[in-house]
Amino acid sequence: MVPLSWYLILSAVLFCLGVLGFLLKRNIITIFMSIELMLNAVNLTFVAFANYWNAHGGLLPSGKPVVGLSGHVFVFFVMVVAAAEAAVGLAIIIAVFRTRETLNVDRVNLLKL
Amino acid sequence: MVHQILFIIFALMCVAGAVNLLRQSHPINSALSLVVVMASLALIYLLLGAEFLAAIQVIVYAGAIMVLFVFVIMLLNAGAEERSTGSRIALIVGVPGALVLGVLVGWIMISNNKLLGSVAISPTDFGETHFIARLLFRDFLLPFEVTSVLILIAIMGAVVLGRKES
Amino acid sequence: MDIKLFIVAAVIKIVLIVFIMLTGVAYTTLLERKLVARIQNRWGPTRVGPFGLLQPLADGIKFILKEDLVPASVHKGLYIMAPMLALAMSLISFAIIPFGDSIKIAGYTIPLQITGVTGANGARSDINIGLLIILGATSIGVYGIALAGWSSNSKYSLLGSLRASAQMISYELALGLSLVGILLLSGSLSLREIVRTQESTWTIGGFNTHLPHWYIFPQFIAFFIYLMAAYAETNRIPFDLPEAETELVAGYHTEYSSMKFAMFFMAEYLNMFTVGCLATLLFFGGWHGPALPFLPPLLQALLPLIYFAIKVFFFIFLYIWIRGTLPRFRYDQLMAFGWKFLLPLAIANIIVTGLIVALG
Repeated sequence: MVPLSWYLILSAVLFCLGVLGFLLKRNIITIFMSIELMLNAVNLTFVAFANYWNAHGGLLPSGKPVVGLSGHVFVFFVMVVAAAEAAVGLAIIIAVFRTRETLNVDRVNLLKL
Repeated sequence: MVHQILFIIFALMCVAGAVNLLRQSHPINSALSLVVVMASLALIYLLLGAEFLAAIQVIVYAGAIMVLFVFVIMLLNAGAEERSTGSRIALIVGVPGALVLGVLVGWIMISNNKLLGSVAISPTDFGETHFIARLLFRDFLLPFEVTSVLILIAIMGAVVLGRKES
Repeated sequence: MDIKLFIVAAVIKIVLIVFIMLTGVAYTTLLERKLVARIQNRWGPTRVGPFGLLQPLADGIKFILKEDLVPASVHKGLYIMAPMLALAMSLISFAIIPFGDSIKIAGYTIPLQITGVTGANGARSDINIGLLIILGATSIGVYGIALAGWSSNSKYSLLGSLRASAQMISYELALGLSLVGILLLSGSLSLREIVRTQESTWTIGGFNTHLPHWYIFPQFIAFFIYLMAAYAETNRIPFDLPEAETELVAGYHTEYSSMKFAMFFMAEYLNMFTVGCLATLLFFGGWHGPALPFLPPLLQALLPLIYFAIKVFFFIFLYIWIRGTLPRFRYDQLMAFGWKFLLPLAIANIIVTGLIVALG
């Protein structure tokens, strides 16, 4: 019997590590990967609370019962959006690399080359 | 007891992978650490009863999105990252801010420990595929169709952005 | 089934299956050399042992005794990890595959599947998402090849591995989509359940054709898509441009020698076995076959295993036969085939199957 708060604390730790990576790293691809880490932390929160709602029931304000499994469906959508974002983001990174020849974000700070 | 040991092992793998992502200088090592994080998250989803999501996490996230990242790192072949100082504000405000956020969220969770209850591993059919399919294709049909259009737009965008100037 | 019995049975089954599979891989190399040789009107290995049967032993000794060269400029960690990752992912699929129904030993009913359990009332069941786990193992197997080429720090390896990885992730889509038709017909992702739904015979509109209820009959298009996508996934002819000797020196395993090269080899042949096992489970009814009552009881108990082995052997034979006969695709032909032909065909198959299932 693992307390649910442990899962949520793990999720918070992963999210903070993602934020730290986003702020501290200089390589654009590593920054992008920190964003993916943050998304994964949020997914863990969704799945943990889906388990909670399934185990404890409850009613929405409209009077309908809470479907715990909708947390899983949310995670599904988050994964799909993350995949789309990864594809477009990496295409942008490749386009930037072609002109600037560097992946360091501090070098890509002027509109003019 | 076994549940707690398993959770602690997988959680340590997760956090170790995430810390390694920050510590490594070459992006390929960071990418592989992120794959370890995603695989251990899939195992944690199994502990939470989300079997379909665990499989999807491995197939989509670790097996497709991260392969894309590894591809791009291999193609661009830019080498290890150089230490350069960027915005000072980000370091002075951001790092303590992130730590405060983490500690705050953790403290709120611990103080609500009784309310949140605990997770039990038991043979239920909670996260089974046909239940998720029923939700996805009946109650959430509109978001499903919208995300399929979103993927189409992303594919077109990626193809256009990745093309060489002719 | 209590946990101690499950763990003991699982460990014994793991040791048995790994041993059988690795021996099978070794003898499949001999089978390939002899079959391809006969197709090319020559003998193949005949010197070592009768009919060359000890050739795999000689090959194994050669691999172990060869000098293990590690070039100086490779990325050490990834270089050593990549073949191990490829081999591990190939072996993981065998934990899910059911080889037969079950056997009764000392009063216990033990399912012939590493992750199978016997329920309280004797019902055998396994993982609910077995098929997805095998697809996941295939997805992670791409890393072995991508990292092998990149860590070798050589032009040929990098190009070969990029091509191989792009080919594998392109055909993963067609592979997965071709199996959705099976899902629609059987209603489950569990491999044992899919085989169980193939037990009876097809009845069309009340008329009992005496064809077994195998999914090859309604899903023959999906079967061909699956086969072609699987050939591309396992990097075999006609899709083996990434490792062709005449094209890219040797592709992603140029810089590998002795044991690590042998691990890539074993991973490729194990993938072939997995494809053959999946094809028999999903399309050809697994271990079902005509019961032969005139056989002694021991053979009758082993008959499902023998049927399974015969069907998988047929798929291995098909792999080697096609290797000896067809030329290989050029890379742009390969990618066009996967994206522009197989993927729309698989989606069309899903639509037609879905319509037929929904309308009765």
